[in-house]
Amino acid sequence: MGDQIVLRNVTKRFSTKTMGDIVAVDNFNINVKEGECFSFLGPSGCGKSTTLRMIAGFEDLSEGEIELCGQLVSSKSKNLYVPPEKRGLGMVFQAFAVWPHMNVFENVAFPLRIQKVNNMDINQKVAEALKHTSLTGLEKVYPSELSGGQQQRIALARAIVTNPKVMLLDEPLSNLDPKLRESMRFEIKALQRKFNFTIIFVTHDQSEAMAISDRMMVCDMGKIMQIDTPENLYNKPVNRFVHNFLGESTFVEVVIKDGKVYPKGHMDQNININIPSNASNEMVIATRPNEISLTKETDGFKTHIEKRTFLTDRTEYLVPIGGQLLKVQTPHRIRFEQNEECFIKFVEPMWYEADDKEAEKERHKRQLI
Amino acid sequence: MGNKDYAILDGKKAISVDKLITLISFILLLIIVVIPIFMIVFNTFFSQTGNTWKFELSMFIRQMTDTKNLAAMWNTIVIAFFATIFGTIMGVFYAWLLGRSDIPAKGLMRALFNIPYMFPPFLGAMAWDMLLNSRSGYLNRFLMQTFNLSKMPFEINSVWGIIFVEVSYFFPFVFMQVVSSLERMDPTLEECARIAGASQGTVIRKITLPLMKPAISAGALLILTSSLAHFGVPSILGYAKRIYTLPTRIYAIIYNAGGNFQGIREGAALSVMLVIVVSLALVLQNIILSSGSYDIIKGKSMRPTLIKLRGAKIPLFILSIFTLILIVVVPLVMIVLMSFLKAYGLPLSVSNFTFEQYERVLFRGGGTVDAIKNSLFVSVTAGIVCMFLGTLIAYVVQKIKPKGKGALEVLSMLPYAIPGTVLSIGVILAWSGGIFGINLYNTIWIILVAYLARYLSFSMKTSSAALLQVNNSLEEAARACGASHSESLSDITLPLIRPAMVSGFFLIFLPAMREVTTSILLYGPYTRTLGVQIYSLREAGMIPQAAALATVTIGLIVVLNTIVNQITKDRKGV
Repeated sequence: MGDQIVLRNVTKRFSTKTMGDIVAVDNFNINVKEGECFSFLGPSGCGKSTTLRMIAGFEDLSEGEIELCGQLVSSKSKNLYVPPEKRGLGMVFQAFAVWPHMNVFENVAFPLRIQKVNNMDINQKVAEALKHTSLTGLEKVYPSELSGGQQQRIALARAIVTNPKVMLLDEPLSNLDPKLRESMRFEIKALQRKFNFTIIFVTHDQSEAMAISDRMMVCDMGKIMQIDTPENLYNKPVNRFVHNFLGESTFVEVVIKDGKVYPKGHMDQNININIPSNASNEMVIATRPNEISLTKETDGFKTHIEKRTFLTDRTEYLVPIGGQLLKVQTPHRIRFEQNEECFIKFVEPMWYEADDKEAEKERHKRQLI
Repeated sequence: MGNKDYAILDGKKAISVDKLITLISFILLLIIVVIPIFMIVFNTFFSQTGNTWKFELSMFIRQMTDTKNLAAMWNTIVIAFFATIFGTIMGVFYAWLLGRSDIPAKGLMRALFNIPYMFPPFLGAMAWDMLLNSRSGYLNRFLMQTFNLSKMPFEINSVWGIIFVEVSYFFPFVFMQVVSSLERMDPTLEECARIAGASQGTVIRKITLPLMKPAISAGALLILTSSLAHFGVPSILGYAKRIYTLPTRIYAIIYNAGGNFQGIREGAALSVMLVIVVSLALVLQNIILSSGSYDIIKGKSMRPTLIKLRGAKIPLFILSIFTLILIVVVPLVMIVLMSFLKAYGLPLSVSNFTFEQYERVLFRGGGTVDAIKNSLFVSVTAGIVCMFLGTLIAYVVQKIKPKGKGALEVLSMLPYAIPGTVLSIGVILAWSGGIFGINLYNTIWIILVAYLARYLSFSMKTSSAALLQVNNSLEEAARACGASHSESLSDITLPLIRPAMVSGFFLIFLPAMREVTTSILLYGPYTRTLGVQIYSLREAGMIPQAAALATVTIGLIVVLNTIVNQITKDRKGV
């Protein structure tokens, strides 16, 4: 299977009145394979929507080129730009974008009417699209009379009716309530199997992306952080940001001295742990709250329980380590009382360079725009 | 809980604040709106002989079949029809250009396009008359000399002249509606169509325009009703060539009658005719545009993709600038220049300029200062009274919701659909001794009563919109904190809608300051308003003086508008 969507050195700069020039998308290189479900994941302002809009043709590139199904559609150096209507895409928007002045049938038939398909084929294709989105029988109804979930189905039916090779989904589920969101996820996957299109799925919801994607890209502040399968992203995040963004995380800032690891600022007790070969003096160790071992045996870092919270499916403890508070989650059967003495051990944590304060500031600035 | 409290909960209210203000609202609307309208209909169809009234249809039929009246009706319809068509096309075109394309200098152009909205159309008609009348219009003479023409190229004193001036003052109705609707529209609705394969032109035709339809038809309706009822432009431009519309014909009949009761009755009959025409137009518009209405489209705010005009950019920009100069700058400059001229007809050269006209008009008597005082008095009073009364009625309609709330709403909105000329006749019939012997004729109070009826709906609308935003739970929270019903009203609801009330006041005060249509039928020797004074100066041939007073008025309007914008900006509330 070949690459269906290719982004080469794609960069997008905006000039803003208050902040000067902003690099919204910084040198993106992405290859999406045929039939793949590929997610763009990141906080708002990370560049995921801009990238999608460049693929769709709504935004111009500042640099680089984009290829769809083996055809160049945007290229700055060759001064080439194919308008959105000529790219043969399907797209679903967050706000549904169902036309209120057309009934369900006309909404779905619109792309076919533009293609001047004859009426008999229109009837047949629309009927099929409506069948696959469980909208049969609602042809004559106007969108304002339908629920959010049904409106999003209209948008889906409209996107699949022309049988496009590539489907762009721009946060299509975030206007729906949680139950519906989950079932729509399955429906989208089922439609993909049936019609065999490639999906680009933009979202800021990590669990949604995990559930639906074959591979995903995590980005932040206009830069690609990591592209990988959901499993690898969760287990081997390349930096603190990705670690924190996918799943629950807990961090300890540490100092390495004479081959031993100490919590930053508290040199009285060391953490017994293997140090990676390339570690510098100040590091951050990162792990998941449920992967820390919390025991009464005198083995590991000695501390006490600061706070205990009963959550529905697990118990959460806050445990001081040096001056920092560590979040630990255990099954309910492992039980500690407030202030009780305990020992903690880290199991294969991730090591990252110490925090970059500048990056935090930059993020804050971008989110204000 | 006492029995009385139970009764209130059950909806069987004892004498309460709510009941009292409902009653007051009904009585006031009866006096202000119902009586004048009733008097018109009554006097049209009943005649008095001695002490008995008797049904009589002949007078109405005579008026309906009078050829002059029929010609006036035909003119009214033709002017309104074309003004609506051209005004709508122009409004939609410029709204799209400024809202969706990448044309330069948008902010400035948008501000300029709104100027005709605050500028009294009859002053514009005055300016165009000076420029393009076929006897001595300045622009006409200039063109004739420059191009060696044998006759004056333009004739503004014609049906087409009237249409042209009305279009240039009424198109902002559509323009503003469509611009704000375009801004609220979710841009993904258009993007989606692009993805579906539609070209830019198809998107405009199939998506954007249909979605704008509610806004366009609302604006077009405003142009239609405004034009049908409009007095200023056709009276300034039409009288010279005896071109009448229904409102100007009514004025002529009343004017010629000189207070004679039969004349007023004939005017009333014509008023009924005008109301019928307006109602038919509304019905017709409803039939044409009835298919489908939908609320305007929410969506996450995102900058819409601006459409690149490419090669058409410069020509369209030049066209916009030309339009702005033609409809905004030219009339304004003409009036100001005229105000400095020693006498009408002299060449526009510096040697003929003088400040004398201002001195004459402002300091040498002739009633101008009184006119300014009168206008200020009636406008401020009408603004304040309507502000409170409109809020009262809005509260009854939105929050108390008594039986007959629909009737209340219709009654307060009714004068909005009734032409100012018609309203004046109703007010004359009602308050010059007709009812309970109260005679306000020739006093400032009769103008005030007419203004109240005319402008009440303005403040009622703004207050209603604000009250709808005040969630019931806010008042209920106050009740839960121990406040009584009237305390929660005065401490919670009123402060929240105060900004809307204030803007309601200015919505009335500003147009009232430049009003002519109603006051021209109601003024007495000592109760001229600003508009009437300009109008009569011009009628009397003192055109440079009229221009001087017009310049003062425009200055006043600009200053007041600026103050209003400063006050209403950055206010807390809904």
